[in-house]
Amino acid sequence: MDANELMPGAHVLDTKGLLCPLPVIRLQEFARSVESETEVVVIATDPGVLADIPSWCRVNGHEHVSSKQLDHEFHVIVRALPQFIDS
Amino acid sequence: MTALSRQPRAVALISGGLDSMLAAKVVQSQGVYVEGVNFFTGFCVEGHTQAVKRTKKQKVKRHSALWCAEQIGIPMQIVDISEDYKDIVINPEYGYGRLLNPCLDCKIFMVNRALDLKSNHGEPFDFVITGEVVGQRPKSQRSETMAIIAKDSGAEDRLLRPLSAKNLPPSLPEREGWVDRAQLHGFSGRSRKPQFSLAKELGINEWSQPAGGCCFLTDESYTKKLQDLWDSRGRRDYDLEDVVLLKIGRHIRPAPHYKLIIGREEGENQYLRGFRHKFAYMSTVSHVGPLCLIDGDPTKEERLLASRILARYSQGRTARDVTIRITDQSGVSEEIVVEPLQPHSIPREWTLTN
Repeated sequence: MDANELMPGAHVLDTKGLLCPLPVIRLQEFARSVESETEVVVIATDPGVLADIPSWCRVNGHEHVSSKQLDHEFHVIVRALPQFIDS
Repeated sequence: MTALSRQPRAVALISGGLDSMLAAKVVQSQGVYVEGVNFFTGFCVEGHTQAVKRTKKQKVKRHSALWCAEQIGIPMQIVDISEDYKDIVINPEYGYGRLLNPCLDCKIFMVNRALDLKSNHGEPFDFVITGEVVGQRPKSQRSETMAIIAKDSGAEDRLLRPLSAKNLPPSLPEREGWVDRAQLHGFSGRSRKPQFSLAKELGINEWSQPAGGCCFLTDESYTKKLQDLWDSRGRRDYDLEDVVLLKIGRHIRPAPHYKLIIGREEGENQYLRGFRHKFAYMSTVSHVGPLCLIDGDPTKEERLLASRILARYSQGRTARDVTIRITDQSGVSEEIVVEPLQPHSIPREWTLTN
């Protein structure tokens, strides 16, 4: 799956030109704002996202769906899950 | 604060090295809910440089702090503090270490920022954990300075150093019984043996950097370039782009008013190409060679010298002539033919890179 095959309503996060860990930070900022399960594709030029985003997903309870290289871009698809719980 | 009727929550500063990993694990193993935080200052050794350089193995490096969090099973956030951190680098209240490393101010700042964080569930933390060890670092990890960190950060007794706790007054989490002081440690000094032994005990067999070295501000070559940047501008200032560019390429300053940044391998050349809209630049035409950004405004004669320097780093370094294309910031190019400068003709003081 790549950015062109996303489910309707999916969010695209363009982090091209940013070096890691900034793409992860941008994803984290977005994920903290979701109120329901949201699919997001991170488009990056730094190959570091291929390791860092799946790792970030695993430790923070989000779902890494797929990663793909398209020419000089990397598309990483994540299912961001709402985390904040009113206590 | 009274005894908690719920599981205590702590945030651990995770650098990616062994000590912070152990500190978090020690507290987590006592039943405390621990989350990690890694602060992005812009000066982190990993990340940028690894992303740009293309090693022969083409291996994508992992983010050490994220990897640590995975190993010990804690959630972790990465927080961008690069903008606010400038004031720490430029005006450190407690001064610098051996180089331009404001270690004491840095730790105070990070502990203070950690105090304000909320967990992944939106809840405040009860205390902060660091991997500091009394006597391990000359600037920031002495008993006197560790007391300053606790006080100036605002954490006071809500700062727990599990690896050295027995050498320090009991912190709030210890006094309240959120953690058992008897199960904490009394490490001190520069020896790493106690940490290695504890790692083995906790089943941790791999870690990235046994003893610091995760910040470019402790790197002699890097800080030389940063100081040069400040000197050339006549002011102590920088932005994130400067921070990254100082990590990339060979920096050569033939005169105070201009500097050359020459790619050292294809990854760096590719990255430098992204700055062609911002700088005049040079490339080799007759031979394979690196890209060179020109930071400043050299005269026509100085451009000739700069071209000869670039030719020296091309595959035409032993040729009689090398053709160089110089493109100014408006995109206008000219080509000149030069004789490559010989290595001994480049004075050592011009070279800002070790």
